[in-house]
Amino acid sequence: MATPTASANGATAVLDAPSHAPDPAGDAELNRALLRSMLLQRRFEERTAEAYAIGKIGGFCHLYIGQEAVSAGAMSVLRPDDYVITTYRDHGQALARGISARAVMAELFGRSGGVVGGKGGSMHLFDARTNFLGGHGIVGAHVPLGTGVAYAIKYRGGDQVCVCFMGDSVPNTGAFHEALNMAGLWKLPAVYVIENNRYGMGTAVDRASSIRDMYRRGDAYGIPNAECDGQDVFAVRAAMREAVDRARTEKVPTLLEVLTYRFMGHSMSDAVSGTYRSKAELDEELKRDPIVQLRARMQERGQIDDAGVQALDDEAKAEVQDAWDFADASPEPGPDALHDHVLVDTTS
Amino acid sequence: MPVLTYRDALGQALREEMQRDDRVFLLGEEVAEYNGAYKVSKGLLQEFGPMRVVDTPITELGFAGLGVGAAMVGLRPIVEFMTWNFALLALDQVVNSAAKTLYMSNGQFNVPIVFRGPNGTALQLAAQHSQAWESWLAHIPGLKVVAPGTPYDAKGLLKAAIRDDNPVCVLEGEMLYNTKGEVPDDDYVVPLGKADLKREGDHATIVTHGKMVLVAMQAADQLAKEGLRVDVVDLRTVRPMDTEAVYASVRKTNRCVVVEEGWELCGVGAQVVDYVQRDCFDHLDAPVLRVHQADVPMPYAKQIEKLAKPDVPKTIAAVKKVLYLE
Ligand SMILES: Cc1ncc(C[n+]2csc(CCOP(=O)(O)OP(=O)(O)O)c2C)c(N)n1
Repeated sequence: MATPTASANGATAVLDAPSHAPDPAGDAELNRALLRSMLLQRRFEERTAEAYAIGKIGGFCHLYIGQEAVSAGAMSVLRPDDYVITTYRDHGQALARGISARAVMAELFGRSGGVVGGKGGSMHLFDARTNFLGGHGIVGAHVPLGTGVAYAIKYRGGDQVCVCFMGDSVPNTGAFHEALNMAGLWKLPAVYVIENNRYGMGTAVDRASSIRDMYRRGDAYGIPNAECDGQDVFAVRAAMREAVDRARTEKVPTLLEVLTYRFMGHSMSDAVSGTYRSKAELDEELKRDPIVQLRARMQERGQIDDAGVQALDDEAKAEVQDAWDFADASPEPGPDALHDHVLVDTTS
Repeated sequence: MPVLTYRDALGQALREEMQRDDRVFLLGEEVAEYNGAYKVSKGLLQEFGPMRVVDTPITELGFAGLGVGAAMVGLRPIVEFMTWNFALLALDQVVNSAAKTLYMSNGQFNVPIVFRGPNGTALQLAAQHSQAWESWLAHIPGLKVVAPGTPYDAKGLLKAAIRDDNPVCVLEGEMLYNTKGEVPDDDYVVPLGKADLKREGDHATIVTHGKMVLVAMQAADQLAKEGLRVDVVDLRTVRPMDTEAVYASVRKTNRCVVVEEGWELCGVGAQVVDYVQRDCFDHLDAPVLRVHQADVPMPYAKQIEKLAKPDVPKTIAAVKKVLYLE
């Protein structure tokens, strides 16, 4: 990632340097954990697609396959007491944040053992234990919420950070503009991560956004901004590390644009390549599979061998199978769940 | 007992709750340096500082959402809308974020937030600035909706709203801010979800809330001069609705009129009529009638604005009609 520098108007701009990841110092343990996280997400969602096909999962279901380096890289620099808030494309992020595969799969199956007891399904994963604040389905609407979380951190004088993930459609919404304006104005400890996977449903970014480099919108709000390669987990980690440190110590937000790609359709009703993008483009992007790239880097460095990769993959598959079995065995929510949690019972 | 304006009663509630609980903070347009567009937050900036009394940009969606996020992680924000007319821009956050987060998260994250501000029809403000929103908000599970009609209720209901662990919409009567009434200095709350019998009579029941409490009371005074005594049931909270209080009155008087500022179709009154016909059918001696705004956007010109609004003569006429006197 390029280094932010102070520009004339006081905002921080980013030098136009190609993004390249610094050497990850050969931390074999960390890299194994990253690979493990990404494999778990991939295997989990492959089985999710299978479960959807046979009717175990219903409703809207948006897969994250292809974007795993973003969640794995981003979560790896966070503390447990930091906050994460996100969109409906949330399975991979939930797993990377440490929510159990069992609870996520059971949620997709609409079972009481799900992370929100079957109330939310694919789009609304929430977990208080890991400060995972959802799982929001209205495009852009969670960005003010994440900003409010950052306001609360500042209000209390804490040094946590709120990371707010969003798709590339979001910077075009009013909610984004309103929220980032306040974050810039009040210097809130938030990291806004645009996962630019190049499409909002079937609309390519250049058909929706008046500018291509979305991170530059940060300049409009006096918010330091940068972009990075989202298929390279080290690049994501480096960019996130810088942004999170800035929020934690300098108490300023960052807008980070992560260039990634989704290998699957927008949702289960959308074929893998759809009519809006070419098979050739997809094939080209598949060559940059973030998992394949990480594995190759680790093998180059002698941090893992084929057998080691196989072992990690087998572990991930076993964890997903266990999650499936758990979800299958978990009871449906009972009728009393229908009226649960509409309001907190308070006698004021 | 001290006599205060509705405005100062609300201000007192804010001040006392902010003193009591340092998680409570106020944000909105002009709440700090300007002392509030309607001066409800007068003096709070000086007392509590800019982190707790926050002037926001003109971004209803943004600052309402910011409040929801802060509430999810344990603060207790009070979001002031300059008027509820502008809150339409924020409705997505009120409905899709504030009201649903507890349910969507299966009880893990509650949203203890208050959305408050002036509501209802005003004087010659025309179509975009003169309208009542309670039926919109009351439609939404996960919200509580209150509409104080007196200074006493304004203080007590706002304090209860701030202490409630749920999202509460407080609809203040835009035309009530200067009205006066007795308001104790004490720390009291008016419980949410409890109606109040504002006046006792046995000939008919008027069910109302918010600014229309004033209209109903004036109508009741005039009816009394003709020997007609009415119950005035002030719902105080529109959601959840205190149906028992309504039933108790209707079962006594056997006649019912509902008075509200909103439009007819899908209005609060429509819901009251449904409850009453369902649970008091055998007690009714006449169809339940409604007084409400005409089915038009609010006009500016005085003469036709008056025609559009529910008022004392219309209320009196409706009461006489359910008594078969007209
Ligand atoms: C306000 C709103 N409008 C439309 C939709 C329907 N919708 C859901 S996802 C989506 C595309 C969003 O794309 P993007 O932000 O790029 O995220 P991605 O799906 O690529 O992760 C649309 C249009 C919605 N959920 N909310």
